[in-house]
Amino acid sequence: MSQAEVVRRTGATEGARKTSPLWTFGLLRSELLTTFRRWRTLALLAVLAAVPILVGIAVKIETSDGAGGPGGGGGGPAFISQITNNGLFLVFTALAATLPFFLPMAIGVIAGDAIAGEANAGTLRYLLVAPAGRSRLLLTKYATTMAFCLVATLVVAVSALTVGALLFPLGDLTTISGTRISFAEGLLRALLIALVVAASLIGVAALGLFVSTLTNSGIAAMATTVGLLITVQILDQIPQLHAIQPYFFSHYWLSFADLMRDPVYWDELVKNLGIQALYAGAFGSAAWARFMAKDITA
Amino acid sequence: MEELPAAEADEHDSVGAVIATRALTKRYRGGQLAVDGLDLTVPEGSVFGFLGPNGSGKTTTIRMLMGLIDPTSGTARVLGQPMPRAARAVLPQVGALIEGPALYGFLSGRDNLLRYDAADPTADPRTRRTRVAAALDRVGLTAAAGKKARAYSLGMKQRLGLAAALLQPRRLLVLDEPTNGLDPQGMREIRSLIRELAAEGTTVFLSSHLLDEIEQVCTHAAVMAQGRLITQGAVAELAAGTRGRLVVTTPDTGDAARVLKEQGAGDVVITDDRVTAEPPERDLADVNAALVRAGVRVRGFGVERASLEDAFVALTGEGFDVAG
Ligand SMILES: Nc1ncnc2c1ncn2[C@@H]1O[C@H](COP(=O)(O)OP(=O)(O)OP(=O)(O)O)[C@@H](O)[C@H]1O
Ligand SMILES: [Mg+2]
Repeated sequence: MSQAEVVRRTGATEGARKTSPLWTFGLLRSELLTTFRRWRTLALLAVLAAVPILVGIAVKIETSDGAGGPGGGGGGPAFISQITNNGLFLVFTALAATLPFFLPMAIGVIAGDAIAGEANAGTLRYLLVAPAGRSRLLLTKYATTMAFCLVATLVVAVSALTVGALLFPLGDLTTISGTRISFAEGLLRALLIALVVAASLIGVAALGLFVSTLTNSGIAAMATTVGLLITVQILDQIPQLHAIQPYFFSHYWLSFADLMRDPVYWDELVKNLGIQALYAGAFGSAAWARFMAKDITA
Repeated sequence: MEELPAAEADEHDSVGAVIATRALTKRYRGGQLAVDGLDLTVPEGSVFGFLGPNGSGKTTTIRMLMGLIDPTSGTARVLGQPMPRAARAVLPQVGALIEGPALYGFLSGRDNLLRYDAADPTADPRTRRTRVAAALDRVGLTAAAGKKARAYSLGMKQRLGLAAALLQPRRLLVLDEPTNGLDPQGMREIRSLIRELAAEGTTVFLSSHLLDEIEQVCTHAAVMAQGRLITQGAVAELAAGTRGRLVVTTPDTGDAARVLKEQGAGDVVITDDRVTAEPPERDLADVNAALVRAGVRVRGFGVERASLEDAFVALTGEGFDVAG
């Protein structure tokens, strides 16, 4: 019996087939596999993994020169001066260094390409006649983008922890408030910080997905999202815009450092998560409304 | 073949129609009227040829039938249910190839099919690999299944697109110019595949601008021009609607033309050593005898069957050209 006959036998006469209950997970699994098997995704993750390595090596070279304390002061909080005492601080430094640009840029590429890239390649029409369903496809795309946020953040954190352990001593550490905590608790806080950083990217992800539903060009969607990101980052630095800055998705990003206080200072952390939820709600709905009504002509 | 449930059949007058549209119209945002008041009826079990020159609105119609674009006005029913509202129920029973294949270049041919199958809510994940292998086998791609789709030739991509449409048993196959980019052997294979599927009871809706392709495989056809439906019906009837032409092959073309006119033939045209004309009402044996009596040396005498192209030209009064 040929395989073609197998197909014909499996229900050529039955009418509408039943929806298999695990289908949504099948679609999500396929989406995750497709995303994480792309060279582009792997290249983005490789760039992110390289940042802590470069920072670690730079700090190592500078201190072995005997120059003492590092100058400049990296991204915001003064974690960088502590790296030589404790490799775990490389995790915080690396996250602080990648959060303003590298991480959201990577998210912008993935989110911007989510719908527009499929439209560009024409694969969107075949997914929709499969039929994946517009809402479900959009949700799957958003879930995959969020999964990428988490993976990207963890890649930075794990790479930083590895480099930190290799180049510097590990041990108990001093919080920003000056109290001592054990290395185990430090690790726990590092994980918590990684999760908060990943959550900080939810807003950009929703924004990128919305932009992605507006165009049939993946490149245009990626460029627009990254452009918006840079614009917002610049506007956030202009003192005259003080009144609207709290509504920028990036305004409270560096609040994750508050997790290193003792006790933890929650105020801005909560504000950050609130802003991210707001962006997810607003741009998620906009993306959905747009995608449901969109003519798929590509 | 299955009977449509009575409740569904009652809802539209064309019982047993797999596709039925009423005044289906699409005006694109740029203002282009791509499809204009289309009333299309595709009978169940037919191989339906959807003909028209480039830009006549074939793909636009197919996109509306598949729920990819919303009609500006009018309705479309596929498998007895309204589109795009019933897309979830209808589309799993429909295999489609729309405006050429679209593939993930960074995935292998097999992985492309696995992905498309995962997007179908009714596809059983347990039989996925078997069905994908069977579909690849059916279009002759088994040997190239592991190759990245980016490295496929145009014809191989076309075959993979067809395989995606054949992942499940379908009641309706919608194929938008399926032989595009195929070699003659591939075209023959597709034609026999279409006949095979039709024999299994699948209705095939086939768009094309190749008239002889439609003539070879289709039982029914519709002709579009500039977004409007010009005619539809059984292929035999469409061609029969146009009478064949009388063809006389002779070195004495001038004499032959004169005699044919005397015998009542209209529209006499001389090309090289052929004289063609609308056949007169009388017995053609008498016409031939008259030619011989007049001393015309006849090499060939007969009626050429009207092709679909003749039918098309007769209907539109123009050739098969793109309208601006
Ligand atoms: N996305 C679009 N926006 C605006 N106009 C469009 C769009 N797509 C198609 N058209 C116009 O609609 C008309 C019908 O196009 P369609 O693609 O349906 O033709 P077709 O019959 O499939 O042609 P072909 O044989 O070349 O595939 C054309 O005049 C075309 O210019
Ligand atoms: Mg077309």
